[in-house]
Amino acid sequence: MQAVEKAIKEKARALLADGTVDRVLGWEKGEYCYDNTPAVFTEEDIDRLVYNSFCGANLSKYLIAESKKEGRVLALLKPCDTYSFNQLIKEHRIDREKVYVLGVPCHGIADVEKLNVKGIKGIESIAEDGGRLTVQTMYGEKECELNDVLLERCLSCKGPEYMAADDTVEDPAPVELRKHDRFGMVEKLMQMTPDERFEFWRSELSKCIRCNACRNVCPACSCLKCVFDNDASGVSSKANVDTFEENMFHIIRAFHVAGRCTDCGECSRVCPQGIPLHLLNRKFIKDINENYGEYQAGADDSSPWPLVSYTQDDVEPGKMEGGKN
Amino acid sequence: MSMRQDTLIPKIGVITDIRKDTPDVKTFRAVAPEGGVVFQHMPGQCAMLSIPGVGEAMFSITSSPTNTEYMEFSIKKCGCLTDWLHQMDVGQQITIRGPYGNAFPVETELKGKDLLFIAGGIGLAPLRSVINYVRHYRENYGKIDIVYGSRSKDDLVDFDEIRNEWANTEGVNVYLTIDREQEGWDGHVGFVPNYVKELGFSTDKTALVCGPPIMIKFVLGALSELGFDKKQVYTTMELRMKCGVGKCGRCNIGSKYVCKDGPVFRCDELEELPDEY
Amino acid sequence: MQKIAMDRISEFYSAMAAERALYLPLKKRGAVNFGRWQEGADVDIDALHTVKSPKDLFFPQSEDIVAFKMKGKEIEIDAPDTPDEPFAVFGVRACDARAMEVLDRVFLSEPVDTYYRARRENGVVITLACTAPEETCFCSVFGIDPAQPGGDVSTWLSGGFLYLKAVTEKGEAFLAGLTPLEEANDAEIEPAVRALEETMERLPLKDLDLTGIDGNATEKLFGSEQWAELSRACLGCGTCTYICPTCQCYDIRDFDTGKEIRRYRCWDSCMYSDFTRMAHGNPRKSQVERFRQRFMHKLVYFPANNDGMYSCVGCGRCVAKCPISMNIVKVAKALGAEARK
Repeated sequence: MQAVEKAIKEKARALLADGTVDRVLGWEKGEYCYDNTPAVFTEEDIDRLVYNSFCGANLSKYLIAESKKEGRVLALLKPCDTYSFNQLIKEHRIDREKVYVLGVPCHGIADVEKLNVKGIKGIESIAEDGGRLTVQTMYGEKECELNDVLLERCLSCKGPEYMAADDTVEDPAPVELRKHDRFGMVEKLMQMTPDERFEFWRSELSKCIRCNACRNVCPACSCLKCVFDNDASGVSSKANVDTFEENMFHIIRAFHVAGRCTDCGECSRVCPQGIPLHLLNRKFIKDINENYGEYQAGADDSSPWPLVSYTQDDVEPGKMEGGKN
Repeated sequence: MSMRQDTLIPKIGVITDIRKDTPDVKTFRAVAPEGGVVFQHMPGQCAMLSIPGVGEAMFSITSSPTNTEYMEFSIKKCGCLTDWLHQMDVGQQITIRGPYGNAFPVETELKGKDLLFIAGGIGLAPLRSVINYVRHYRENYGKIDIVYGSRSKDDLVDFDEIRNEWANTEGVNVYLTIDREQEGWDGHVGFVPNYVKELGFSTDKTALVCGPPIMIKFVLGALSELGFDKKQVYTTMELRMKCGVGKCGRCNIGSKYVCKDGPVFRCDELEELPDEY
Repeated sequence: MQKIAMDRISEFYSAMAAERALYLPLKKRGAVNFGRWQEGADVDIDALHTVKSPKDLFFPQSEDIVAFKMKGKEIEIDAPDTPDEPFAVFGVRACDARAMEVLDRVFLSEPVDTYYRARRENGVVITLACTAPEETCFCSVFGIDPAQPGGDVSTWLSGGFLYLKAVTEKGEAFLAGLTPLEEANDAEIEPAVRALEETMERLPLKDLDLTGIDGNATEKLFGSEQWAELSRACLGCGTCTYICPTCQCYDIRDFDTGKEIRRYRCWDSCMYSDFTRMAHGNPRKSQVERFRQRFMHKLVYFPANNDGMYSCVGCGRCVAKCPISMNIVKVAKALGAEARK
């Protein structure tokens, strides 16, 4: 990825120099090798830009605010981030003219929590060679395959193609697409009895601490004021008045993003309690695929999405597969 | 019922009188169920009033501590809770907890001083408590000047009390003003800060200022122009509050909590705080 | 000092749980949090940190404070009984134990928060010395020694044993009632303590310099131009505040159960947009001001009001969990130069 990082910086510098863009939205190197923070750079500080297998944050949502500012911003988007970008364009949240999209190749994003689960803790540095990570830790050198510690979303990678890009950075060493069953866990859940499934979600969602990170990071959650932030709604966004409220929050949120969720997986990435929130969204995606035909939100920036476009042969509610559950 | 005591657990107040002061301000009189005030307070202190299920908010106690029969709150209609309070009738119970915050230093720094009260609109509420306190202990204080202004004649809170009682107290001068000419008004017309400058008070007085933030800002400017030192000027602050005791963490300006270290600040102290209010 | 072999640890848990409700780190679907022990519980004392700190046990995320019955124009107030369940919490790290001292400053100062005080009095805190600190740890910056974790009883893991030593009278009384313990020598934990000391020396954040960032730094830091940049990527979520062992801000809300109005208090976050919103405006209009408030509170305002004590204990939870990897360490490093100017 070092070559890619170098190429990104070169392109960015050139685009800044010729006035195509005024600033660059990317990731800034953190304290460690893995805690990169989304940041905006100009010519003076572009050297601090970093690109590696820990640049998980999907930057597309930041473009809502960035594209409202003066001038044009260069946005570094990984292939899967471009889906969210398109969806936001479709929802008129981003001013396309003010964004210059530079597609950046991705080999999958590593999940530090998964490294920890493998017993790789006290991380001092990580060297990446092909698909292999060599990790220096306070407790000795450890090794693992990037493939074994990928973020959940990377296990159903949508592929290396960009759905929107004004330019792209070439990948000198593309990796083979990982083929995982995107809906495997959803199917497993649907095979459970309603009680088992209820129990699964209760035990997952009861871990929720109402931090709203899933909502705030979600590119599909772009309401200026969320219903859960409305005092008068009677449902507070910050605490549970009863033991089922966090369940309602996540269920309502999943309904609200249904058909617009690109399955970018940011909700699960940011959840401090590791709740697999993406499974709620994937259930909707699977239902949409089955009832309205294969559909990938964000694959383009203009076509209407199934839940807002009525056709006479739309499936009748009662006839939906699994509707009785 | 348990005898649990915590500052967050309120007491009952019974509304015994409701006075419509202006089109959007009412003054509510509350007593404890057994009669008398719900608790003792000092001028400038506040109380948390609530209608359970509607909301709870901080209001200044407008009655003077010298009044031991009842407490009064002048409240402007501007939100969910205040709307509810404005439509309730005599006999309604509300919950009250307090007193919260510091008070104007009526027993220390202000004693023996000539006092200049400057208020705008509903800003008279916290000052009314002080004015009636110093009128009660008249001999402890010097000359008293009161400059009070509002948008119109109808927006002057406590107009009757001002005209019939304050203006008739020995050594008390009342200067009223309204923003625009109005039929039936032969008094001064103009904004409070300008009126203060016109009146040109001598700088041996201590000023107590309360009103909308923008008015406070310009009054402080006017006083400074007249030569007042910031140490001679007191004002009160208002921020969102929940607990009232400096623990819930939202009403701070820098390291000071308005609910506990305020609401009364001397302007030189206020100036040292970061500009976030 | 006493000890118990780790292969008999569940006997120890049973013995503690027989005395009083026992809370300790439990693993549930991959996440470790403090939970109530029962036979067969999935205890995980190897996890360096629980996701949420043990502050929940003393200052619950949500708790009823009073109830009202509305009867026509009359209101009946029903104050709940003081929490009176005796409990013990085991597995508290040194940083989290110090965090309770920070919370004590807030809730035990006048006027005392009686809900918190009752839980502090009812709870026996059994700390656990760290064995494997991680790169996110920086407790030593605040003078915390994870080898001397404090609490009412301190415990250490060493050579297949859990060693215990009472620190307070409360702790002594608690240990006295536990039968499965055997006598041990203080020297037995020395190898573990030395190993921890060596590890502490290798922590990358051990030299985090807070010089100049203290209760007197408001003037220098409040107006810093860096806040805008530092907060730019902040999502405005409450992760940092809710996993923080020292964050103590709360909201008070009413909930109509249909039978009564329950007034409850719940954790709040200064990162949330409605935190300071009033009917007529908001003094902290953007995330820049909210973000600034959080860090100024921890590093400047709190020390100003509490004899220099920071409202941070270096547990590193926010370092590990912030969705965008912005945290108090980055803020302190960025502002340090300005503070020392």
